[in-house]
Amino acid sequence: MAQHSAQLIACHYCDLLQREIPLKKGRSASCSRCGAVLYRNATDSIDRTLAYTLAAAVLLVIANVFPIFAIEVQESSSAINLFGAVRSLWEQQMQIISLLVFLTTILIPALELITMIWLLLPLKFRRVPVGHTFILRMMRIVKPWGMVEVLLLGMLVSLVKLTSSFKVIPGVALWSFGGLTLLLAAVAASFSVRDVWVRLDRKPAAEVAA
Amino acid sequence: MTAIAESAAGQGLCSCHVCNLVSRRERVSGPAHCPRCGASLHFRKPGSVARCWALLMAAYILYVPANLLTIMETGSLFSYRKDTIISGVVELWKTGSWVIAVIVFIASITIPLLKLISLTLLLVSVQRRSRWRPRQRTRLYRLVELVGRWSMLDIYVVTLLAALVRFGAVATVKAGPGALAFGAVVVLTMLASMQFDPRLIWDPLQKERNP
Repeated sequence: MAQHSAQLIACHYCDLLQREIPLKKGRSASCSRCGAVLYRNATDSIDRTLAYTLAAAVLLVIANVFPIFAIEVQESSSAINLFGAVRSLWEQQMQIISLLVFLTTILIPALELITMIWLLLPLKFRRVPVGHTFILRMMRIVKPWGMVEVLLLGMLVSLVKLTSSFKVIPGVALWSFGGLTLLLAAVAASFSVRDVWVRLDRKPAAEVAA
Repeated sequence: MTAIAESAAGQGLCSCHVCNLVSRRERVSGPAHCPRCGASLHFRKPGSVARCWALLMAAYILYVPANLLTIMETGSLFSYRKDTIISGVVELWKTGSWVIAVIVFIASITIPLLKLISLTLLLVSVQRRSRWRPRQRTRLYRLVELVGRWSMLDIYVVTLLAALVRFGAVATVKAGPGALAFGAVVVLTMLASMQFDPRLIWDPLQKERNP
């Protein structure tokens, strides 16, 4: 490994080569040329991210099991959960859209949380996660496609559209998706790849000491 | 930050997009891997401009049916209507849901247009090796990256309504073919913005300083 370049960092947006400087807790360093955030010194990054992730995983399960909302019209009623909506669209011959919704709101958010737990849980107990390089690479590919926050806004828009013609009863999943959106934002804000690598790079030294 | 006033690539250094490690590339050509995490290394994303153009062109073509075709069919005992994206927004505005109308307008009309126009501008400026306002152009790219996902809003609304409102003759909502085209535009523009390499914006300035 190139030791001489250990404290060098290149901006991902403009490729300006810079030297890392120590940061106070909770502060971030931005590129002196284009202003992009280079890295942050997140407070207790691994512990906090793990806590938010585990909480988000519980909410994700609740959000997918319970109905989002129900509507009533002339004695008959209809309720759906997210997977039910995906399946219903599939049956209406809109398979591609159905698949897109399934990927962006169910599979990828679940994958995001699973990879995060897979990575952080061993790190928390000072172990090296199995296949951590693969996990980190996958996390980067998967991340832009998780769209829970957009789905939540979609639910609110649907709710308003429905109230004009139906009696709408909000379900447990609606609130769960709200909580999930907040927790996923907290995960994104507290996670720092840099801290993960600091922990991974330190690992051999810690083993020798022990 | 202590700036060294030069790009990493200009020094023969490559930064890993997965773990951020800056390392020296032994060979200038051929495949290289990050010494820390093993991800493949590139000075710049390979074929960035060509791939981005290809995806963007596909998005432009599909943008036409996305706006002309029906995205949602609503039927009830008293009325039957077919809505495109624009007529859907107009209908929301007319029925008095102004806040929702503005949100849908931004997500479904402003953002896709912003993405298409911005990426075209960025690609043309990079190909002409323009040195015009690199900081603003980088900021524009970050904006495109950040807001791109929000145009999925209409797809989710159609999905939820089509799944929920199924009362036969009393009230039915169906997704239309426009939804497919629109979904494709969102995915294609997201892929296009991922292919674009913002570091290309800064390369012409770098050459100037280090001939």
